[in-house]
Amino acid sequence: MKYIRDPKRIRDVLGENVQFLQGDMACVYGGLLSGCSFFAGYPITPASEVAEGMARLLPRVKGTYIQMEDEIGSMAAIIGAAWAGAKSMTATSGPGFSLMMENYGYAVMTETPCVIVNVQRTGPSTGQPTLGAQGDMMQVRWGTHGDIEAIALAPSSVQECLDFTIEAFNLSERFRNPVCVMTDGEIGHLRERIIIPDEKDLKLLERVPATIDKNKFIPFTKSQTHNSKVPDFPTFGTGYHTYVTGLTHNKKGFPATDKQKDHEELIERIVSKISDERKKFTMMERMNLDDAKIAFVTYGATARPAETAMEIAREKGIKVGILRLQLVWPFPKEAIEELASQVKKIIVPEMNLGQIVHPVREYSAGQCEVVSAPKIGGEMHLPMELFKYLEA
Amino acid sequence: MVIVKTAEELNKKYLRDGMWPTIFCNGCGNGVVLEYTLWAIEELGLDMDKVVFTSGIGCSSRLPGYINADGLHTTHGRAIAFATGVKAANPDLHVVVFTGDGDCTGIGGNHFIHAARRNIDLTVILINNFIYGMTGGQLAPTAPVGSIATTAPYGNIEHPFDICLLAKALGAAYVARWPVFHPYQPIKSVKEGIQKKGFSLLEFLAPCPTEYGRYNKLGDVKKHWEWYENNTILIEEYEKIMMYGTEEEKNQVKQMIQVGVFQNIEKPEFFTEYHKLLERIADKGGKPAKK
Amino acid sequence: MIVITDDWCKGCGICIERCPLDALEESEKLNRRGVHPPQLKENNNCNYCRLCELLCPDLAITVLPDKDRKEESKKQPKQPMLRPVGGRIK
Repeated sequence: MKYIRDPKRIRDVLGENVQFLQGDMACVYGGLLSGCSFFAGYPITPASEVAEGMARLLPRVKGTYIQMEDEIGSMAAIIGAAWAGAKSMTATSGPGFSLMMENYGYAVMTETPCVIVNVQRTGPSTGQPTLGAQGDMMQVRWGTHGDIEAIALAPSSVQECLDFTIEAFNLSERFRNPVCVMTDGEIGHLRERIIIPDEKDLKLLERVPATIDKNKFIPFTKSQTHNSKVPDFPTFGTGYHTYVTGLTHNKKGFPATDKQKDHEELIERIVSKISDERKKFTMMERMNLDDAKIAFVTYGATARPAETAMEIAREKGIKVGILRLQLVWPFPKEAIEELASQVKKIIVPEMNLGQIVHPVREYSAGQCEVVSAPKIGGEMHLPMELFKYLEA
Repeated sequence: MVIVKTAEELNKKYLRDGMWPTIFCNGCGNGVVLEYTLWAIEELGLDMDKVVFTSGIGCSSRLPGYINADGLHTTHGRAIAFATGVKAANPDLHVVVFTGDGDCTGIGGNHFIHAARRNIDLTVILINNFIYGMTGGQLAPTAPVGSIATTAPYGNIEHPFDICLLAKALGAAYVARWPVFHPYQPIKSVKEGIQKKGFSLLEFLAPCPTEYGRYNKLGDVKKHWEWYENNTILIEEYEKIMMYGTEEEKNQVKQMIQVGVFQNIEKPEFFTEYHKLLERIADKGGKPAKK
Repeated sequence: MIVITDDWCKGCGICIERCPLDALEESEKLNRRGVHPPQLKENNNCNYCRLCELLCPDLAITVLPDKDRKEESKKQPKQPMLRPVGGRIK
């Protein structure tokens, strides 16, 4: 029995249009609205609520929920389900994300669409399970072995948790790559008012299914039906007899482990299919940047105290602006370069010891001073702490 | 209904063009298990568009690459978890998992235990050659006490894993173990395993003359295959001898490996029960039980 | 009669060893791998049991029944038959 997305049933299950909701549950709502039909997860604080929400709501829209035996099995199951035609999703936190790295790389190599919600918490190791952090931002880009291109979104509010989960499904279907939604323990457990978008305002993307003659279809090359580096998707069970492997493979999918040219061609296509289109799907918010002399570059939870600090500073006459990254990877180099040419100082507040400050410094190319404002230990920055950086 | 009568017709129907002959060494049991699976599928008359093969990493896991059907060659030990996802998204597919002794009982032990416990409708064909063959002959969890491997050069001091007993304890629907030197029982067993609605485990004792045979001085291909004949015994015969045999006979058979069908029961399958759950909550309007 | 795909044979010798009627032997020709594929002996008692075809790990042997099959199968095997599982008949 295959899943068919029924908008009316989904709306009946989600309830009213305006609700007071937790961040984790907003990710569940975003998944259901996108047509997610398979969730495999493992309990971990602070992401257990995503699994619990899915366990309650997914059977009511006729989807499938399984609690797997560990995070490795969860990631494996969502890739398998994606190949059998489902939109699949999992949710975890730091320790689980570290376990998922091998299969995350497998999903990139086999070009499988899936969504991972990482509700970050302090690390390393078990850390502080109930307190939030932003310590996995580099791991999502470089955590798996080998060369990949990562797509990661960082919501700053509960409404964005819902919207960005829908956007994550769209991006993963468009590029056939896993997409991570990097919330954190603070936003994940925060309750705020959200508005569920109407059906007519929702724009959902589906993977392009393979439709051409089975003898002519080549599974791992540029699309044969439209102009894109992303191949059409031969779902299992439709008769295409695809061989999917994590080994380096040639265009037909068979192992070519001793051929340098095949590997180069494959990995360059997998990376460039995303990086070529980066400017078209990048997302960021600019606040008060027109006449700013100092700027915050923030993402996720730290955008909230930064906004308050900016307002305090503006009242005192200091010209401050904020560039809030909504899509953190692939990194928006041009925006940072342009900003660095305009301002004298960039401050990057982060709930880690300084991770995104490094690409910011790299792409500002020495045009201005780049200062890191780290805070670890599970507490968010206070606006007055950030204000001190502005005065200095 | 059997349409194909000879090996030549079998290979045209089921194998991918240009992939044969296999990468397996001469005398390897993997090629033989592949044949038995293909004969079983032929006798069942399955639609190859609806069969999906998943596998882990190792010599045994190269098998899906040769078969002309959808194949998923995954990471080491996780084949069963991937297969669970495939089955969940489309329960009409027949999912067959090829895995090895190191892949399933070593790194993949946890996934195996839980898939068997949940009784997911998979057919797991575990090809047991007592060694990690693909990487050069390291010790495997199923290796007998005293055997030699590259990472146990002075003899193995660990006790081996009896995976069929574990599967039986977990309540798997169909559990069987066969050696590969005679074709008819394995083919029948694979048929029963695929038809069974529930978790089926088929363990095949396959010889590895290049690694295991060489390190343990079991001789060439001929002698190695004979070793299996001399050291395996049917479960029913073993029990008969244990009950009625003389002391000498009992000592002779105690060290032998038991083969045959260990368990064949009817048990509710996971996705059948899940769909019943969906119907149950749809009737009641979908309110979950209060905490 | 049997048909061998020469280039697929890996020379493991399982077919020759396992034939219950001892009807196969190594041929003189060499295939692409440098091994001798099997061939039927001059005076053979092949009764079309197809064990060689079922046991070959590379699907290299195909057994095709001849017309005078019924007569062939009446001949008794000269060596004792292998028991289906377990050890040989002593």
